[in-house]
Amino acid sequence: MSVFKLKVNNEIKEVNVAPDTPVLWVLRDHLQLYGAKYGCGIGQCGACTVLVDGVGTRSCMLPVSAAEGRDITTIEGLAEGDKLHPVQEAWLEHDVSQCGYCQSGQIMTAVGLLSKNPQPTDEEIEAAMNGHICRCGTYVRIRKAVKTASQKL
Amino acid sequence: MEDIIKTNYNRRSFLKVSAAAGGGLMLGFNWLAGCVPAAKEKTSVAIPDEWYDINAFLKIGNNGVVTIFSPNPEIGQNVKTAMPMIVAEELDVDWSQVVVEQAPLDAAKYRRQVAGGSQSIRQGWQSLRMAGATARRMLMEAAAQKWQVPVEELTTQAGSVIHETSGRQAGYGELADLAATLEVPAEVALKDPKDFSIIGHSTKNVDGPKIVRGEPLYGLDYYEEGMLTAMIIHPPAFGIRPGKVDDSAARNMPGIKDIFVINSKPASAPDQWQKTFAFPEMVAIVGDSTWQVMQAKRAVRVEWERVSPGISTSDYRNDLTALLEVEPAKPARLDGNPEQAFARAAKVVESSYSAPYLAHNTLEPMNFFARVTPDKAELIGPVQTPERLWKTTAEVLDMPLEKVSVQMTRQGGGFGRRLYGHFGVEAAVIAQRTGKPIKLIYSREDDMTYGTYRPAYKVKYRAALDANNRLIGFHVRGAGTHGSPVFANRFPAGAVDNYLAENHNLDSNISTGAWRAPRSNFIAGAEQAFLDEVAEAAGQDPVAFRLTLFERAINNPVGSDNDYDAQRYAGVIRLVAEKAGWGKETPGVYRGFAAYYCHNSYVAEIVDVVMKNAQPQVQKVWCAIDCGIVVNPDAARNQVEGGIVDGIGHAMFSAMTFIEGEPLQKNFDTYRMIRMKEAPREIEVFFVDNGIDPTGLGEPALPPVQGALANALYRATGRRYYHQPFMMPNSELGMALS
Repeated sequence: MSVFKLKVNNEIKEVNVAPDTPVLWVLRDHLQLYGAKYGCGIGQCGACTVLVDGVGTRSCMLPVSAAEGRDITTIEGLAEGDKLHPVQEAWLEHDVSQCGYCQSGQIMTAVGLLSKNPQPTDEEIEAAMNGHICRCGTYVRIRKAVKTASQKL
Repeated sequence: MEDIIKTNYNRRSFLKVSAAAGGGLMLGFNWLAGCVPAAKEKTSVAIPDEWYDINAFLKIGNNGVVTIFSPNPEIGQNVKTAMPMIVAEELDVDWSQVVVEQAPLDAAKYRRQVAGGSQSIRQGWQSLRMAGATARRMLMEAAAQKWQVPVEELTTQAGSVIHETSGRQAGYGELADLAATLEVPAEVALKDPKDFSIIGHSTKNVDGPKIVRGEPLYGLDYYEEGMLTAMIIHPPAFGIRPGKVDDSAARNMPGIKDIFVINSKPASAPDQWQKTFAFPEMVAIVGDSTWQVMQAKRAVRVEWERVSPGISTSDYRNDLTALLEVEPAKPARLDGNPEQAFARAAKVVESSYSAPYLAHNTLEPMNFFARVTPDKAELIGPVQTPERLWKTTAEVLDMPLEKVSVQMTRQGGGFGRRLYGHFGVEAAVIAQRTGKPIKLIYSREDDMTYGTYRPAYKVKYRAALDANNRLIGFHVRGAGTHGSPVFANRFPAGAVDNYLAENHNLDSNISTGAWRAPRSNFIAGAEQAFLDEVAEAAGQDPVAFRLTLFERAINNPVGSDNDYDAQRYAGVIRLVAEKAGWGKETPGVYRGFAAYYCHNSYVAEIVDVVMKNAQPQVQKVWCAIDCGIVVNPDAARNQVEGGIVDGIGHAMFSAMTFIEGEPLQKNFDTYRMIRMKEAPREIEVFFVDNGIDPTGLGEPALPPVQGALANALYRATGRRYYHQPFMMPNSELGMALS
């Protein structure tokens, strides 16, 4: 066990955990931030995606020891008060969610994509989002929502 | 015209409380209030000072805000929005004044709190309307008493009772205290569907804003102070049980509290669960945090003991194939004389189809919270059958039912997996033994290798055509691990003079269960691909060929116990053909058609495939569906889209296979799921508007798309696709043919 200082949603948090603890479990078990979801634990489904220095990252594969000093944004940090991020708004506009479990990860990857590439082509959207599994099969709506968000940015 | 419907509740279902109770009845279960920091709970409506319980489905605040309780489990089928919409419609309240809450399990108050069989809306339709309509009537009676006018002179509009002649008007909030003390009316008028202003109008998912903010809605997100985390080690293969457990290394690892073997199987497990308590005995590890428990789990050494044979994919592949050569003792259905028909046929078409075991793979793995003290057991989590879990837990813990409670969280997918609440029982057993509240979490691997799979199926079809290419004989023989997939009384039964359906069952210790659209999820695709072959052999257009058969079933049906309504069936076929412009050829686009009836709904689909880098890509899917009145159209479209993607994905890519009872696919690196690149570019959905009471919607769009896909792939590639997954070449039941 060691003490790690993490910058999460612009706040510095201290946790005392084993160095190999994935950021996902630090967020969920130690910081009570449940937006990043556990789906597979091996970086295959994308449900745990957070932004690390602005880049969509699988938090289930990122040990806490490698996350110190980096800027972590979880879905809880996207909205500014009542003002949702355009990607969140687009998700609501298209009423994307069915069970909704994968959607926070999908949203985080979309935010990461649009911050680097505000006007992605269909192929670029697919390439970015293909690392995610939506078991309910809302892909058609996710595609549309990313498009809509890109028009709003 | 108004339908007069007798109140069909028993009195107990209307728990009326005096105004003084002010919603005290509801206080016990709003667990989310303890889960979500108060500051994050943003409501768009003012919170009332006082709540009045009108009936089990709703309470009204003194300011007119209405809380509607959604009775059934929410697994992504969106009943948490749709069910309250139905109540609100008959209550006649503005949707913006409605707050929706998940009802707890309460078998005395609600009927059938189950998510399964696409039945929530169909079975809840009348009782939800009655709940709204009786409440509206009680509010009107309260106004009649206050104003000393006959109730017949009153009307309602958007949350107010109005007396037009005197110009008086009162909001529901002003009347709720008195209404809550009145008798429930024995008879009540329901709205004419043409007057619906909420039903039939797209309404956003009530949890949508919380989902996009990542709020803790799911079982896996449940947290309370002092809670421990539990995980399990279940046998890694079917047919074995834990023997000697060496936990000496794991026990001393950081954060680990206890390690022990549990047995959670109830003596009187309901039939449906008998097979699905595949692993009654397992090792439980309890600790402070998930990662610590995951590490300890790897350090536990278990010696496994074999109790039944270890089955491999090659075993059931051979057994199912052999079974299909055997004539069963008696047919499931026999019309006419199929043997003669085949003997005099000008042409006989014969093909076999197969599909592998499938895992449900809800993206939220199985989990449950439990707190068990000598006085009570509280369970909170995702389950599709809370009542069954409640009863089973009481039995296993040896506690009276009234001391056990089950509350439902939002659920990260169901697909049938959470019909089998063994994980809830396991959580309770672990909590009882630990003496502390625990949250049980399955790892993805625990989840994927536990079973309750969609069975492996194989089916053989034969069709006899006469010299005029008329279908004169049809024979289907199906076999599956735990039951045949064949529905003997579904189409084309009723449309063919000489018809024979036969079933075989292959027993197995690989546990199976209901998987979205059970049996239909395989047989629809097989049957519809076969009919495509038969139409081709008959030299007929596949749509025209089916419509001819339905003409027969409409005008002069064979037999009397056909499951389907041939008019409605033909209706969706004509609708999708018209919308998609069936018959119009577009260069480079390959079309397949299929139609199917299940869960009381009719679906016809057309799949357009294009070839991209020599790989098939589904470009567009057209779907016509007759599921009666559609409560929430855009959300209904979402369900249909999801069913189509789900059906295409599993038919193309997914399979569970085994060696000596061990599942070879344990996570998403080896179990392939459809992703965005493979999903259709576009899906267009057309609902039949016929005013019929709602029927199933969550499942029926899935089964036929597998057939439409196979038929489109045939046109794109020139070869028939008999064995799922289609993109695993030369495979049968998920295993390469040698």
